[in-house]
Parts: sequence; C-alpha cells; structure tokens
Amino acid sequence: MAQGISHRRHVSYIDKSREYYSASGYDRPYRWAHYDDVPFSRLAKPLSLSRIGVVTTADRAPSAAPRATKLFAAPNSESGRLFTEKSWDREATHTDDPETYLPLARLAEHVEAGHVGSLSPRFYGVPTDYSQRLTLEQDAPQVETWMREDGVDIALLVPL
Amino acid sequence: MSLAARHLEAAGIPTVIVGSARDIVEECGVPRFLFVDFPLGNPCGKPWDVDMQYRIVGGALDLLERAWLPRTTVQRPETWAQGAADERWRERYMWVGDDNRAALAQTGEARRQAQGAKRRASGE
Repeated sequence: MAQGISHRRHVSYIDKSREYYSASGYDRPYRWAHYDDVPFSRLAKPLSLSRIGVVTTADRAPSAAPRATKLFAAPNSESGRLFTEKSWDREATHTDDPETYLPLARLAEHVEAGHVGSLSPRFYGVPTDYSQRLTLEQDAPQVETWMREDGVDIALLVPL
Repeated sequence: MSLAARHLEAAGIPTVIVGSARDIVEECGVPRFLFVDFPLGNPCGKPWDVDMQYRIVGGALDLLERAWLPRTTVQRPETWAQGAADERWRERYMWVGDDNRAALAQTGEARRQAQGAKRRASGE
C-alpha cells in the first residue's frame, strides 16, 4: 500500500486562478462553466471500426493573431508546427514533444494494433476563450461540421 | 474544451477528454474524462516517454468504449514526481504569497493600463 495522505492532492485551478487574478487586481472572478445535465452518446460501432478525431487547444498562429486563425482543421502532417503559448506550467515542464498534448503518432500506433479503426486525416484546433458563447455558438458547431466531412465517429479532446 | 465535448456528444459523436485540470472539467460536466495528475502541459504523458504516452492514449480509448454513464472520470495511475521534491509544482504554479503579492499587483495594473490604451487607440 502507498503512503496515506491528509490533504486532497489534485490542484484546484479554479481556486488558484481566482486568487492569482485577485492578487493582480482583477476584482470579478471568472465564472467557470457549470452544468447540471451532461449529454451522453454510446458508440455507434465497435471502437475497432471507428474513426477518431483529435481536438487541441494548441494554436496554428501566435497568440496575438486574430481569433479566426485559431479555429482550424489541419492535416496531421502539420501537428509539429503549433504554438503553445497558453497557460501551462513552464516551471515544471515543456511542450517540445507534441505527443504530450496532441498524440497523433500514439493514436496511429493504436490503429496499427487494431484497437481503433482509423485516424482522421485532419486534427482540429479550438481557441481557449474567455467567451463561452463563442465556443458554444461558433467553435463547437464548426468542429462538428469538419468531423462529419472527415467521417469521424469518436473524438479525443486534449486541453493543454 | 469541455464545452466542445458536450456539443459533440449531444450531436452523437462520443467524446473523451484527456486533461490535468480536474476541477475545471468536472465542474463543467463532461461525458468521459481521463484525469492525468500532471502539471499543465503534458496530459498525454511525459515528454519523450513513448510507452507512457501509448498507455495513456490506450486508457482514453478504453474509456470511450466502456463508460456507460456521463460524468465518468477515470484517474490514470501515472505520477509526475520521482520524489517529494518533485511535487512542489502543485504549490508553485500560479503561486500567490508575501514574496510576490506586490509584484503581481504592479504587473496587473500595468496590463490594465496597456489594455485601456489599446482600446482607446482602436476607438472602442
């Protein structure tokens, strides 16, 4: 048995960011999305016959670029050329290995092993946005459209 | 990202999120969540550790196939730390303390002034 603990281990990013921005002089805390109901769909066919698509919050453009450039579908060959300027832990780690947040090569190996049917030829980028409305009304429906064009059955989403 | 997962799921595309910010994802409420208790930046495994990455991605596939209820969270057993000293990332990230409170206030104020100037320049 591992050693016992006396405090919850996992970090509360809601608490941390509220305190951090409060100390930075921002008085109104961010209102994180919260829902009581959660949708659920079963797989329409076995995993080994399903096509998987990957959604990332890494950017195709630097953070100063217009928002429109950050909602994209790109061929898998472009996965090594992304910008990762968002909030992640620069002291503890790095993002030099794209497989740590956009695991296209690892998924291809699972396809090879027969665990999942195929990998979409494109991956999809959504901006991390202060505005939940833009994510809901613009980004998510656009990603759905691209996934349908690519015959995607199931989705893996990885926030940085 | 959680909002996108909810949209896709409601549209009939089953989803799994692999991430390290457990509270944010669970508060939003998503169908399937694979929690990797690492510093933000590498939810799919440590850099260059191909075996670990393969296992974590495999865990996400398992969860896609085997969850039967929404809000299913599975925590991966992998750990970031080799020893207690490596656990300090949990406290260090977005640290607020007596040693940096004045600097944070100053940086925040400078940022607000810069944003205000930018808004005035663009006529908003």
